[in-house]
Amino acid sequence: MKRRDFIRRTAPAGILFPALINGFTFKAFADSPLVSALTQAPTETDHVLVIVQLNGGNDGLNMVIPFDQYDNLSNARSNIIIPRNKILKLDGTSFTGLHPSMTGLQTLFNEEKLQIVQSVGYPQPNFSHFRATDIWLSASDSNQTINSGWAGRYLHEEYTNFPTGYPNSVMPDPLAIQIGSFVSPAMQGPGVNMGMAISDPVNFYNLINGVQGIAPNTRGGKELTYIRQIAQQAQQYGAVIKSAAAKVTKQFSGYPTGNSLADQLKIVARLIAGGLKTRIYMVSLGGFDTHAQQVNANATETGAHAVLLQKVSEGIKAFMDDLDFLNSSKRVIGMTFSEFGRRIKSNASGGTDHGAAAPLFVFGHYAQNDVTGTSPIINLTTGTADNIPMQYDFRSIYASILQQWFCVPEATLTNVMLKNFQNIQVVKKSAPCMSSSPDLLIANAGKNIISNYPNPFQTSTTISYESSGGHTLVQVFNTEGKLIKTLVDADLSAGTHKITFENEGFVPGVYFARLQNQTIQQIRTMLIVN
Amino acid sequence: MDRRSFITANSTKRASSQRTNAGLFPYSPPFDTAEISHLFKRVLFGVKQADLSKVKGKSLEVVLDLLLVADPTPAPPVNNYNDTSYTDPVVPLGQSWVTAPNDGNATSRRITSFKSWWIGLMLNQNTTIHEKMVLFWHNHFATESIDINDARYAYKHNALIRSLALGNFKTLVKEITLDPGMLRYLNGYLNNKTSPDENYARELQELFTLGKGPKSNYTESDVKQAARVLTGYTVNPTTISSAFDPNKHDTGNKQFSAFYNNALITGKTGVNGASELDDLINIIFQQPETALYVCRRLYRFFIYYDIDEATETNVIAPLATIFRNSNYEIKPVLKALFGSEHFFDPVNRACMIKSPIDFCVGLSREFNIVFPISADLANHYYMHDYIRTQASNMQQNLGDPPSVAGWSAYYQEPQFHELWINADTLPRRNQFSDTMIGNGYTRNGKNIKIDILAFVDSLPNPADPNILILDSLLIIYSIEISKEVKSFLKTILLSGQSTDSYWTDAWVAYKANVNIAANRTIVLTRLQALFKYLMNLPEYQLS
Repeated sequence: MKRRDFIRRTAPAGILFPALINGFTFKAFADSPLVSALTQAPTETDHVLVIVQLNGGNDGLNMVIPFDQYDNLSNARSNIIIPRNKILKLDGTSFTGLHPSMTGLQTLFNEEKLQIVQSVGYPQPNFSHFRATDIWLSASDSNQTINSGWAGRYLHEEYTNFPTGYPNSVMPDPLAIQIGSFVSPAMQGPGVNMGMAISDPVNFYNLINGVQGIAPNTRGGKELTYIRQIAQQAQQYGAVIKSAAAKVTKQFSGYPTGNSLADQLKIVARLIAGGLKTRIYMVSLGGFDTHAQQVNANATETGAHAVLLQKVSEGIKAFMDDLDFLNSSKRVIGMTFSEFGRRIKSNASGGTDHGAAAPLFVFGHYAQNDVTGTSPIINLTTGTADNIPMQYDFRSIYASILQQWFCVPEATLTNVMLKNFQNIQVVKKSAPCMSSSPDLLIANAGKNIISNYPNPFQTSTTISYESSGGHTLVQVFNTEGKLIKTLVDADLSAGTHKITFENEGFVPGVYFARLQNQTIQQIRTMLIVN
Repeated sequence: MDRRSFITANSTKRASSQRTNAGLFPYSPPFDTAEISHLFKRVLFGVKQADLSKVKGKSLEVVLDLLLVADPTPAPPVNNYNDTSYTDPVVPLGQSWVTAPNDGNATSRRITSFKSWWIGLMLNQNTTIHEKMVLFWHNHFATESIDINDARYAYKHNALIRSLALGNFKTLVKEITLDPGMLRYLNGYLNNKTSPDENYARELQELFTLGKGPKSNYTESDVKQAARVLTGYTVNPTTISSAFDPNKHDTGNKQFSAFYNNALITGKTGVNGASELDDLINIIFQQPETALYVCRRLYRFFIYYDIDEATETNVIAPLATIFRNSNYEIKPVLKALFGSEHFFDPVNRACMIKSPIDFCVGLSREFNIVFPISADLANHYYMHDYIRTQASNMQQNLGDPPSVAGWSAYYQEPQFHELWINADTLPRRNQFSDTMIGNGYTRNGKNIKIDILAFVDSLPNPADPNILILDSLLIIYSIEISKEVKSFLKTILLSGQSTDSYWTDAWVAYKANVNIAANRTIVLTRLQALFKYLMNLPEYQLS
């Protein structure tokens, strides 16, 4: 039962809560507006999401390497490709391998604690770091500017009046914590930022609490009010963070040194195990903008990118081991992301330029353990502008985590994500809040549910696809990863359907038809010829 | 009705709507301590009493001319870093390393030397806008010394923006394009005809000139074409200079999009290929967006982050016109902006959240913190670096902004400057001011701290607690505070008493013989408590 329902059903009957309002029990207020305000209490969950941001645009093709596309990939990036025999194999798949420096994540995968989601992106990819980062953090469309973050909107739905009346007995702790510098724009709510930033909870400093004047109704007054709020947060949350940190006196001893991501995750593990009710943590690692010399020319499995991936792998592995050690692993799910992947073809400076879709990891005791999606298709010849088309919209990952991990109901989800996104399995069904949708993925494994004829074609081709009913999407992407046509975007009955794709003067070459229906998606390669 | 009476007549309405319609009309008096202090807080790092008395009684016009005088070129940073574990094999202690061969083991020491030197220039700035403009351009043309990893490039880049900080923006853009540090930082030196690297070509448009405003509609193809124009530049790592190599230049024609009026840059062969850069800069500077974008950047750096429609129309647009009409000279723009009604409008005062550097350097300057003299080389540099480290802990590491976009406080919607302040950085600011007003920072037997007795003693009437508080607030605060808070402040000075003469007696006793420790301690502890509190209040974060 959800907390909200529990309160609704029981409060009028006058059951005592442990919490007090100004020294009075809830019972005394049983019929007052205060109780109706409290029935807006957030969903009861002790689940935590840890978001790992890889700044700079991570080269996904050098991280999750498709064995089944290896030869073509090797052609496209001969100066940086990792020797096939060095790539780490994963249990249960012959198609997908990991970068040799990611033994930690290999172990997690084989222990069924890691999901690889292939080709995550969005239609009309943007190649600017700052814009692409904003898109990922705000969960906006490519051509849309949204000044709030997706996590901020979620937390706003849960804790609507924040920061007014916070902290309180229901939520005494920060809603979200950014380890490091600035509070991420991902945690920006519609009005205020829902997160707080800390670097070292032990040295957390107590602000004095003093007399404050009224703020004038000017720009200066607005900023003054903002700083005052932060000052109070810093003080109030300082105490709970200190006390949470103090409860954990011993952590897993195997954290790597010289790894800032691991350092950040170690603080997160400590705060989680210390009992903070904080739902979302964000950590980050920079340096992924590998335009040049991302590998050592004489040993491509080493070099700058290898070092970064090693940090990611060792950091996450140590974090997971620590959560086990601290008996908190079942509360935590994590995900990685970067603002974009990199170009399929490498450049002559031994690096890769800004690209589009890329794989991401979901990790945790309850992470769905599989490779979701197929290997990105690499053509025999790759142009410098060619990119990986998206298989999954990144907002589907957010939406699915919110739904499957935080029990966010459908209606609220639309407020947070601003539209409907495909629900894909990111959390094991054995976890609480599991999705009840039928397992279409398994049912459709190995089946071609989208095809086209003729192929190659000149003027038009007929795309046949199977829908299990409900919302069905058929899109066409070019090799740069850009959406060029949406053919179907409708609720359909179950069965086989057909749609014609007309060549409206598209440049001859490879195109990808993408089918999305409920939890499944599939990509079909099509060829337009002269 | 003339402009001023119009504004006065509407002042009530304006205050309630929190917005100003005042434009670029020249501001007319009063030009008194409050106005001078507002101006100085924005264009200098903090306000020293010495700065204020220097211009007392002068007109705004005269003060602006003084502020816009470019500083002479400073002496370069030197080897301050020889110690028991390391001796620079080529540069003797006290000699400049900026043209010396790089010794790999010296790299991080030289970078620190460079940053300490730069902080020193800020701490000892003249009463001009020059240093703040250097910081503005550093944020605008951001490079990271940690990424370039050779201090000579960082110094050279700094010397460039320093020499043109108040010069011509178009010239600056060209020089930045050819700057060895920038060529390294954004891979321009790897950009050649066989493997174009779009990095610099993109940021040149997105961050340095046109920006990403709604009317800045250059295309991905324009980025690619600009990258082709920019092929062929190389960096000589010995001389730290750049050169054009015609063999690496893409000599084909470069066709730009409709945004650039379908401009075609004709490919040129041989050494003439280098002149395509001028063509590229010309087509970029023909776009009205360039002047608008840079004026918005200036506005966000110096005035406030929120640019509403009225500000865009009444301030940004006319400012951009001045910029274009002066062929991109920077001084006329600054003079118009800082001499405008808009700048002095009460609504636009006290609304800047101090950047960490403004906070740390400003605090040091306004309280006249005395640093070790330059002859005491190691400590001189080290204490400057302590200030740099403090600002860095508050998320502004001079010389190493987080990315090529500079610090997010100057571009990240919707919070902008508010991003400087969070539950981690605000306590750090308080910690720093607590340290400085307390025992200060000591290393090597040297100490830096606020000498609050000296500060207060230089005020006109420190014996009167009311006047002491008012005069102090005039220097260290920008925003008005309420009567209640003022009276609370006095209770700190009076140790909870309500009789003013208790303070007056204590002060007079101290001044009668400053060497009597007991009397000295009485006034010192109360002043320390008062100023600690003042600097902990959120008001102190505003300028």
